[in-house]
Amino acid sequence: MGQPLIGILRRLLRRRESGIFLALLALMAGIALLQPNFATANNLYLVSRQIALTAILALGVLFVILTSGIDLSLGSTVGLSGFMCGLAMAAGWPTVLAIGVGLLTGAGVGAINGAIVAFIGVTPFIVTLGMLGAARGAVLVLKHGDSIREIPSSFIAAANGNLFGLSVPVVVLLALAVFSQVVLQHTAFGRRVYAVGGNEEATAYSGINTRRVKFFAYVLCSLFSAVTGILFVARFQSAQSDAGKGMELDAIAATVIGGTSLMGGEGSVVGVLIGAVIMGVIRNGLVLLDVSSYWQELIIGAIIVLAAILDVVRSRRRG
Amino acid sequence: MTMSGPLLEMRDISKAFPGVRALEHVNFSVREGEIVCLLGENGAGKSTLVKILTGVHQPDGGKILFEGRQVRFKGTQDAFALGISIVFQEFNLCPNLSAMENLFLGHEAHGRWGLLACRQMRERARRAFAQLRIAIEPDALVRDLGVAQQQMVEVAKALSHPTRILIMDEPTSALADEGVQRLFGIMRELKGRGISVVFISHRLNEVLEVTDRVVCLKDGQNSGEIETKAADQDRLVSMMVGRDLGQMYAQRQGRPADEIVLEVRNLSRPPRIREVSFKLHRGEILGLAGLIGAGRTEVARLIIGADKTGSGRMFLDGKAIEIRHPSDAVAHHIAYVPEDRKRFGLVLGASVRENTTLTIHGKILNRLGLICRAAENAITDEYIHKLQTRVSSREQITRNLSGGNQQKVVLSKWLAIQPKVLILDEPTRGIDVGAKTEVHRIINDLADRGVAILLISSELPELLRLADRVAVMRQGRVTAEFPRAAATENAIMKAAVA
Repeated sequence: MGQPLIGILRRLLRRRESGIFLALLALMAGIALLQPNFATANNLYLVSRQIALTAILALGVLFVILTSGIDLSLGSTVGLSGFMCGLAMAAGWPTVLAIGVGLLTGAGVGAINGAIVAFIGVTPFIVTLGMLGAARGAVLVLKHGDSIREIPSSFIAAANGNLFGLSVPVVVLLALAVFSQVVLQHTAFGRRVYAVGGNEEATAYSGINTRRVKFFAYVLCSLFSAVTGILFVARFQSAQSDAGKGMELDAIAATVIGGTSLMGGEGSVVGVLIGAVIMGVIRNGLVLLDVSSYWQELIIGAIIVLAAILDVVRSRRRG
Repeated sequence: MTMSGPLLEMRDISKAFPGVRALEHVNFSVREGEIVCLLGENGAGKSTLVKILTGVHQPDGGKILFEGRQVRFKGTQDAFALGISIVFQEFNLCPNLSAMENLFLGHEAHGRWGLLACRQMRERARRAFAQLRIAIEPDALVRDLGVAQQQMVEVAKALSHPTRILIMDEPTSALADEGVQRLFGIMRELKGRGISVVFISHRLNEVLEVTDRVVCLKDGQNSGEIETKAADQDRLVSMMVGRDLGQMYAQRQGRPADEIVLEVRNLSRPPRIREVSFKLHRGEILGLAGLIGAGRTEVARLIIGADKTGSGRMFLDGKAIEIRHPSDAVAHHIAYVPEDRKRFGLVLGASVRENTTLTIHGKILNRLGLICRAAENAITDEYIHKLQTRVSSREQITRNLSGGNQQKVVLSKWLAIQPKVLILDEPTRGIDVGAKTEVHRIINDLADRGVAILLISSELPELLRLADRVAVMRQGRVTAEFPRAAATENAIMKAAVA
């Protein structure tokens, strides 16, 4: 009876993710000890909702980072997709169609990023840095920086509601996590995403269209950003022109903390989820512990660099 | 040249890594002005010994004597200070910098105001190259140099410091025969100047040709030492593997069929390939000989669509085909085992399983369109078994396999597409003697089972042993073709150079 259980435990411990999972548990225990308000049902509910929005971005960018790319335009894509969705709603379009507009906007942004990276061959860093500015600029151009407040209350109520005792964003996150896990582990596309990141040339020589793989990685990534963008509209009960600003930092940090290699080819859905929770818990903990927001930025920045250092150390140990 | 005590002596060296005893009580010495060969199969401990000699690793036991005095290398700079330099198997040059800039990298000459003294360095570079009797323009970018010339830059770089012992780790593996001869000339020249050379190579004829003494390792222990004068190939092989490899030289006895599988007509991509035509029969091994740069790899790349399409036509089983991308080649069951397996052959961070099935994702999907793990495992196991790949499990990461076993994984992934045509580009480069024999056997078996094989190799003995027919390329053209009976090393070399 005990034997198989120990076996399972041992296998779990050997997984790459177990280390960061233990770190997360320690972090939560520490914060809970210092600040009793952390472990309350209400706080955990709020934190989980906040984490979900970042984690969806992190899952999306996981696809891109696995191909050894990067997407810095996550936050702006959140803003533009949400804004387009809001515009459609304000124009009186049915909610489902408006959501479709948001998703299409995301897919469009991803298609532009992906096409320039994969088919023209520009470095992802520059392409998506440009998109970071361009997509945000598009939002500002559309309504001269104003926000859109004509959002149907039925949509706001539904997207801010609960399903199976969890907030809607958390449910959406879980669904996307299952989707990502299946795609990455059990489809040819997923296998190729890892292969492209591991060795693009060898993958191309194996008869795989690596450009198409990269292109769709960017499209998927931006689609995930659009999902967060649409959830944001409901959360703020309006489409804000600065929605999502700076979120790329937290999302990429969560991905790296979760064990994804920035050099590509390594990383997992479970790891990214744990990474996102760590980022969210740290942010929440700093707020609860009354750390000034200036210090918060400094600390989060340091954590991101630390995670990147860890990534390098990990890959060096592999030799 | 003094023949007194050795210049360097390593006594009783032991070194263990977690889980592996890499070296056990190994002795190794180098006399002044001597060319010593360090011989051994991959994994025999040569690299570890070299790393200890250059201060990368510190030994767990034993001692190192230099000119009779005990020395301790805490890091590479300690070995370097004594004049121990190394030319690596994989070049450590910056391709975007010039030959001169590479030569002086890390110890640039400065003029007034701390600016680089380019004229002075250029002059010194010119002198350094002249001393080695090599014609390299100091300002030529390394990326524009041929492999052989890059190697010479490496040697010149190593010698730009006061050098007593030069270690060359498989320096000939990337060179064609002419480059090898020039390198040997340089080695003999160094020897004349009293500089010792430690030469690491798998090519026994080269070892016999250029070295004075051979020290052999096997499984981390000394397995023999012999003055080269007294050695022959059989003796060296038996020291390396401890078994007779008579079958290594067995001539292939295949009888190709008459039907043509692949026909290539007037394949051109100037200036590298000009009007290359050949026919490949069912069950035939067509050897493609030539010097490095003759255009052999380019022909292979063009056939499988890795380069932009040149002109010319291809026929598979009599039908015209067009290949624009490697995926077209795979669809037509044309496989290419590339020369540089780490760069083009494997996803090193992925497992044996993931690499084996990389070419056949479309064929192992279940009804939901998901990859069927059971089918994947079965195919992987099948090829591990057939090729006798030595792996701890199918989930082992390919980075951790030896060269020979990595090559078998590359072969597996291509055999998985059931190839009609198999193009092998230097299939045994950098793999040890035992694995080489096995790869030869696999190639032979495949031809016997009807696969049409194009074998590109710079090792003439390998070509002569395996090929039913040998075509020779020179400067982008096929200049000669020999049936097996007429193919001799002399005839092939003549067609390749003349």
